[in-house]
Amino acid sequence: MTWFDVGLTALKVVIIQMMILNIAPLLIWVERKGCAYIQDRRGPNRATILGLRLGGLFHALADVVKLITKADSENREVSRPLFILAPLIAVFISLITVAIVPFTEPLVLGNFTFNLQIADLSAGLLYVLAFSSLAVYALLLAGWSSGGNFSLIGALRAASQMVSYEISMGLSVVAIFMVGGSFRLGDLVAIQGENPFDWFIVKLPIAFILFFTALFAETNRLPFDLPEGESELTAGYHTEYSSMRFAMFFMGEYIHITVGSLLITMLFLGGWNLPYVSTEWLRSHSSYALEIIWVGAALFHVVIGAYLIRHYVRRRGFWGDARDREGLVFGIPALFAGLALGAAYIVPKTILLPWWVGPVTVFGIQMGVVLAKTLFFCWVFIWVRWTLPRFRYDQLMRLGWKSLLPLALANIVLTGVMVLYG
Amino acid sequence: MSQFALEKLHERFGSAILETSSVFGNETAVVQRSKIVDACRFLRDEPGLRFNLLMDLCGADYPGRDERYEVVYHLCSIPTKKRIRLKVRCPESDPTVPSIASLYQTVNWSEREAYDLFGIQFSGHPNLKRILCHHEFEGHALRKDYPYNKRGKIPTPDSLVDELHAEIERRRLERPAEERGEVRDLAADAMLLNIGPSHPAMHGCFRVLVDLDGERIRDSVAEIGYLHRCFEKESENHCYTQIIPYTDRLNYLSPLMNNVGYCMAVEKLLSIEIPERAVWIRVLICELSRIMDHLVCVGTNLVDLGALTNFWYFFNARERMIDWVEALCGARLTTNYTRIGGLMRDIPTNTNSFLRECLRELHKALRDVEGLTKTNRILMERTQGVGAITAEDAISFGFTGPCLRACGVDYDVRKAHPYYTYDQLDWDIPVGSRGDCYDRIFVRFEEMRQSARIIEQVLDRIPAGPIQTHDRRVALPPKHEVYGSIEGLMQHFKIIMHGIKPPAGEIYSYTEAANGELGFYIVSDGSSKPYRIKVRPPCYTLYQAYPELIRGGMIADAVAILGGLNIIAGELDR
Amino acid sequence: MTLNGLGLFILFAFALLLAGGMIALSSVLGRQKPSAGHLIPYECGIDPVAKPRHRLHVKFFLIAVIFIIFDVEVVFLYPWAVVFRDFVARGEGLFVFLEMMIFLGVLVIGLLYLWGRGALEWEE
Repeated sequence: MTWFDVGLTALKVVIIQMMILNIAPLLIWVERKGCAYIQDRRGPNRATILGLRLGGLFHALADVVKLITKADSENREVSRPLFILAPLIAVFISLITVAIVPFTEPLVLGNFTFNLQIADLSAGLLYVLAFSSLAVYALLLAGWSSGGNFSLIGALRAASQMVSYEISMGLSVVAIFMVGGSFRLGDLVAIQGENPFDWFIVKLPIAFILFFTALFAETNRLPFDLPEGESELTAGYHTEYSSMRFAMFFMGEYIHITVGSLLITMLFLGGWNLPYVSTEWLRSHSSYALEIIWVGAALFHVVIGAYLIRHYVRRRGFWGDARDREGLVFGIPALFAGLALGAAYIVPKTILLPWWVGPVTVFGIQMGVVLAKTLFFCWVFIWVRWTLPRFRYDQLMRLGWKSLLPLALANIVLTGVMVLYG
Repeated sequence: MSQFALEKLHERFGSAILETSSVFGNETAVVQRSKIVDACRFLRDEPGLRFNLLMDLCGADYPGRDERYEVVYHLCSIPTKKRIRLKVRCPESDPTVPSIASLYQTVNWSEREAYDLFGIQFSGHPNLKRILCHHEFEGHALRKDYPYNKRGKIPTPDSLVDELHAEIERRRLERPAEERGEVRDLAADAMLLNIGPSHPAMHGCFRVLVDLDGERIRDSVAEIGYLHRCFEKESENHCYTQIIPYTDRLNYLSPLMNNVGYCMAVEKLLSIEIPERAVWIRVLICELSRIMDHLVCVGTNLVDLGALTNFWYFFNARERMIDWVEALCGARLTTNYTRIGGLMRDIPTNTNSFLRECLRELHKALRDVEGLTKTNRILMERTQGVGAITAEDAISFGFTGPCLRACGVDYDVRKAHPYYTYDQLDWDIPVGSRGDCYDRIFVRFEEMRQSARIIEQVLDRIPAGPIQTHDRRVALPPKHEVYGSIEGLMQHFKIIMHGIKPPAGEIYSYTEAANGELGFYIVSDGSSKPYRIKVRPPCYTLYQAYPELIRGGMIADAVAILGGLNIIAGELDR
Repeated sequence: MTLNGLGLFILFAFALLLAGGMIALSSVLGRQKPSAGHLIPYECGIDPVAKPRHRLHVKFFLIAVIFIIFDVEVVFLYPWAVVFRDFVARGEGLFVFLEMMIFLGVLVIGLLYLWGRGALEWEE
């Protein structure tokens, strides 16, 4: 192990963590804007910087600034060390679960191999299951240490809900291990291949449903948001929390959603595989792929730029302040970026590309595919939340123990028969 | 036919019936104090009478009389659709009246209210303590000698633990001796939780203290009065027209309907007929308010169940209707639209097309929400069988409106005692079957459709003409008469300076509001200010049954049930 | 230390620093002037009557115990599942499968027992 290794590992940690951390505010924005459109509203559009709104994205920034400067309130019943420890655990646990996720296939440049994965453990998915089950401590300690009755009920609900669904989750992945024969996510993605009918979502649909449902329960999202149960417990386990400590539970929740969606992508949706496009084909035709991406990016920028400028022209002077200029401020750079990309497209045609462009392109495409699938599932989480009503506590436990658990056991038998004779 | 009831009473009780009268179709009998329980039981159980629904019980104070206090009972018979009013009087030296809480469950809170506001003692009442006023309040606010501008300090909230303890004891003693178990020490082993007053699911400010067993509610007591703003005391110190804005604040989700209910009562007291067009417009605004009320009720109920999006679909439709209300009277919430003898002004000229557009939007919203909820398994499991109440219990609790109809009783004031033009319109009463949360939600759904049907018919048939009566006792004369003739000037002067003066008498007038029967009991002494006004708010009786409905349920059920009852703090606490 | 260990070590350190930093930063930047109202645990505006952290319903403990039992059994399934395919390839699949079915059968019997005894019921 050299200092180069240490530096490279640190770099990987920072890249992956930044990616995960930045998805959280993005998801909050998508959640607020998305639910607004589901509900025939406009959603957040007030926070501005120099009069620019960026479609409400600045609200995420404003929220952070607001929350970090708020008072940390503690009531007289609080048990202080645990009270502070709880949000810390929430964020810590959700950040470290991502360690074993390989985002792409290794990037091979000559004799240097770069693997965007923090730790390639042979225990693989077990690591995720082990650590994510620790997340229940955050909720339990938060509710317990708060000293309020609503918090306590929320914590109890959280604990029993999470442990109940953890079993179904654990059993649902057994089927995957039986078919995949490995704990490593990389191996599991490789075995799924590029044919969508070989992906585990098609091969093991019951396992997918179980895993997906359990994930909702594990992340405490509606219809399983009983620990928070806004209309019942006011805010559940985080009732007594304020400022950044409060926000950390939400960070934990959104990171959990992101990592969960990432796992679904890897386990059930073929990971970085594009349907019917094999990695070998991509490697050997990387210049095609590059051209398609290049042209696509150019067109995308031109279209967006043109749309924004058209919007500006049509509604000139509508607001009478800086918001009017938004179309121009974002439109013109987008348009020029698009045109520049288009112009630059001619260049690679004329000069020879360096040898490393091909592998890096494939690396980028795989990364993009993984992120796209992940974000789609994040959206499903949001979509479901704003569509379904909430379970009641006993119904939730009944579903967990009396429906999902027997189903998961049956699924193992079924998968065993499938592997034996299929 | 109610005369028949009075005769029967005479026949049965003879000299115990001190007086009878029949004014404005209100049959009244004054009963001897000691015989009131028997009289009520007789009226309730006698075949052919069956006054099974106690609409209202209230006190009144007449300092000049020998027997200063009066308790007024309004009874209604659902099978025969008849009404009767009983009165009991008691002297200041011994303000005690036998409680009829054993006959009607709804009486519990009403008698507490009469005790709270008048100091009338009800012997045999299980829990006679203050209800609307704070427990540290001194004096009895509605007595005529209580100054209406007196102020006091009320520092500490009531812990309610004693009351909860008494309630648990009472239920323990109801059981057979061998199943009773020990007296529970609440301080040691109970998980007591306050839900409300400041809780997201308590739409307004109510409080219920629950005794939890895990997640299950073993017992509970409810407390109201956080939004008490002395509507009745204030009304006694304002002239009749000045009370109309106060009625906006009763059920603030459908203020137009309260305006109509109040003005109708005063007009009956004055024996005034209002013009045809005004009648039709009043029907129109009542039905529109009903829709607006139900939209909020169902929407928020679904929010409490976690189905957040539906609320916005409903609110979009409601927003359009509120736009019309704003065009109608200039206000969105505090409408103050009706006048005694008519209306403030005519409806906007584009009403026909605008409201039809609103109804189209309403139907779309109803379709959307129905699609998301009606057959949703989660919602069905959350609401079906939850908070169910039998028709018998519901009537005993004094339920009216959609909550009663959800139990399968097709009682609707608009059909049973038609007022205005409801008997000329073609519509149905939707009823449920099990009286649970699910039925309450979907009875309201269907009622909105029926109201939309009524509105369409009204829009087709609304006649032209004046919207204000020309009766000289209530209507201001036209300006040319005020400036052109001494009679006109005098009339204007008298109405402005002295106000409207109904003849001495009393009236109980009732309309079908969104939540049930909204009654106004008005006593006039011939002056320009009402001597006594008692509102019968529909959700007062509904909320009284709440601890009964949530017993044995979970916290989540309690929230679902509360939303389904549609408790409006404004009219609950007055 | 292996490369994997190094990665995990750096990751843990980073996550801990980040989480701790957020708490520290907010306590530095936040206004710390608690009023009397801040000191009361929230219970809808009323001083709570029940003691905080009182005795809990036994159901919650029961669920915890059941969870431990099942979770441990699930852990036993993992090593079997991951080598199952190899056994199938070697032609010993059926034997290994039946073996695990016996294990699962015991587990199912346990579940049925709990079910029958009403340990999974939340309605009394």
